[in-house]
Amino acid sequence: MGLDIRWPIGLMFSLIGVLLTGDGVLNHTRSTVQVAGTAVNINLIWGVVLLVFGIAMLFGAMGGKKNPPSA
Amino acid sequence: MQPIHLHGIDYTILLAYVAFVIGIGWTLARYMKTSSDFLTSARSIPTWVTGLAFISANLGALELVGMAASGAKYGISTAHFYWVGAIPAMIFLAVFMMPFYYGSKARSVPEYLKMRFDERVRALNAVAFAVMTIFTSGISMDALAKLLTNLLPWQFAYNLGAVHLGSYDVYLCICSGVVLIYVLKGGLTSAIYTEVLQFFMIVLGFAPVVYLGLKDVGGWGAMNHSLQAVAVNPSALNLKDAGISYAPNAWTSAWQPVLAGSEHNPMGVDWFAIVFGLGFVLSFGYWCTNFLVVQRAMAAKNMTAARNTPLVAAVPKMFFPFLVIVPGMIAIALMSNPDKNYRIPPPIVSQETYAKAVDAVKSASTANAAAAVQSVGDALGKKVAADKIVSLVAANATGKLTDDQIKQGLYNSIAENDYNSVILSLVKKYCPPGLLGLALTALLASFMSGMAGNVTAFNTVFTYDLYQAYFAPGKSDHHYFVTGKVITVVGIVLSIFAAYFASRYNNCMDIIQLVFGFVNAPLFATFLLGMFWKRTTGTGAFIGLFGGIGSSALFHALTLAQGNVPGVKGGYLRVLQVFPSEMAQNFWLAAFAFTVCLTLTLVISLATKSQKTDADLKGLVYSLTPKIVDNNAPWHQRPAVVGIVLLIVCVILNFIFW
Repeated sequence: MGLDIRWPIGLMFSLIGVLLTGDGVLNHTRSTVQVAGTAVNINLIWGVVLLVFGIAMLFGAMGGKKNPPSA
Repeated sequence: MQPIHLHGIDYTILLAYVAFVIGIGWTLARYMKTSSDFLTSARSIPTWVTGLAFISANLGALELVGMAASGAKYGISTAHFYWVGAIPAMIFLAVFMMPFYYGSKARSVPEYLKMRFDERVRALNAVAFAVMTIFTSGISMDALAKLLTNLLPWQFAYNLGAVHLGSYDVYLCICSGVVLIYVLKGGLTSAIYTEVLQFFMIVLGFAPVVYLGLKDVGGWGAMNHSLQAVAVNPSALNLKDAGISYAPNAWTSAWQPVLAGSEHNPMGVDWFAIVFGLGFVLSFGYWCTNFLVVQRAMAAKNMTAARNTPLVAAVPKMFFPFLVIVPGMIAIALMSNPDKNYRIPPPIVSQETYAKAVDAVKSASTANAAAAVQSVGDALGKKVAADKIVSLVAANATGKLTDDQIKQGLYNSIAENDYNSVILSLVKKYCPPGLLGLALTALLASFMSGMAGNVTAFNTVFTYDLYQAYFAPGKSDHHYFVTGKVITVVGIVLSIFAAYFASRYNNCMDIIQLVFGFVNAPLFATFLLGMFWKRTTGTGAFIGLFGGIGSSALFHALTLAQGNVPGVKGGYLRVLQVFPSEMAQNFWLAAFAFTVCLTLTLVISLATKSQKTDADLKGLVYSLTPKIVDNNAPWHQRPAVVGIVLLIVCVILNFIFW
């Protein structure tokens, strides 16, 4: 149906990934949670995960152009 | 519930999501040219998209909240709703039923019923389904508006003449407005696409909460260890009444406590109720006949894609317990460890009530502990832990606590848990700004797509099965296209009314849901006989269905769950049977209604003459439909083979958590 859903998914999660990663780097204290005595910068870790996921979706969408999944 | 302090990054994520879903609707609008494009996606969507939408249509926020609550109340046994109550039915739908739904070219489940039986069965199903979707959508929006009113810092109060608009009204209208825009623009495709987006939001928004929670409780092994201690004395955490004790594995094993009998597991159910009531009747009745989910598969681009849709959905569904049930178990493990300083939030108590209870603490005397507990408990209006009230009164007498300190002490002393707050309390505990925005947006997304999913199912059934069938047959496609759009607006407006109804009359809502339970319980018997026994007649199906619905109501009127009083919860005619829990009552009700419907349909079909010839039933009944030959397709595209593989994995999961 015209629009490959991987574009909006990829764009949105890349955006959220950038926001979280940026926050993890710039606001280290705010982004860190203490769990079981360990400090985890969860925004940084999860931001990178979301960014990788978002970019993978975008690559999928670009590849899908030649071979549309919604044929 | 305390308002959550959100930061700029959280609002940015929230707004980005709203912008993306509206953008999707806007982009799809140009492809909406016929009623089929708008209402059925013109059968053009690829498998992985329909598969994720199929699962997402069911993964509403209420399920997310409810499953975490059940995880806390019942432990890993809650996974039966997935491994017994979903996967087998989804595989059955893919392998055996989709060929009829998709192959018959029916545009909806009621239309299939018309083709297979007659107009009476269609009308009954269509009307019940249309009303049910509106109320479900309303319940979803009511919960969302309440959540936003409690969480967001912006409170509204407008007076427009005689009408007063508060925060609830504003949030309800804004969220409904967003759904209206994207559904009106992009129709079913828009709803399906946003469901896929919501699927990833939920998985990626809640996975870090599970990760951090598990890490906090010391990992899977340590969590189970804590839960074993809780199972022996569940009243310590107010999970059960004092004196109730289970085997240590009651929260950590899925089958052993159930096999031991209904009194040995916190759900209060036995294996027959799980396997037959949940696993067969309720599960197959929901997954194989509910148009809301089946519609996603019917939008697939070809027969193979349609059949593979429930199979694609079964893969994440199988592993969802780790995302949605485990948080509840984590909450119990955290609560059992005093060092973690966590409790499942108590039921919401108003500030005025807290103020009265604070006064009661101040005026209580340490000399008479029983009277102090009584007066504070009465002021709070909740069950309280006597020892905590006594120490609070004593601490106040010696050190004069501040009002806030007393309030905190009162909060901790309420001996009741609001299980529906589990998931949000963990999000608040573990998510820093940013991640918090993601998790809350995921929750918001699932509430909104709950509305969108129901409204898109409603507009299709209303337009094709009621309007076209009975009010305006034989019009142009453009006429039905416009009608579909108008009905979408009507559906949203009716959902808003239903939301108000839900917020004002909680008890009426319970009754309505109960009635839908009666209507749905026997439905699978009708489909089973209709699809697999060509002798089934329209009269048999219609009377069987009515008989099944009537028997559900009668069963409910004559049975009760332990601890409930006769009334809305059942037993209002006479109590012939008492079940150990409401869940057991529901499972047995479903099993009973199914059996009555099956027997009645069978007997009446044998006694009546079918109006349909074998030629009419080709493509609608198993024995009269050419079998789909897919021997040449690779194994992973053959539904039967994939279904068996998935079933094996599901059995393995059951054994791992035996």
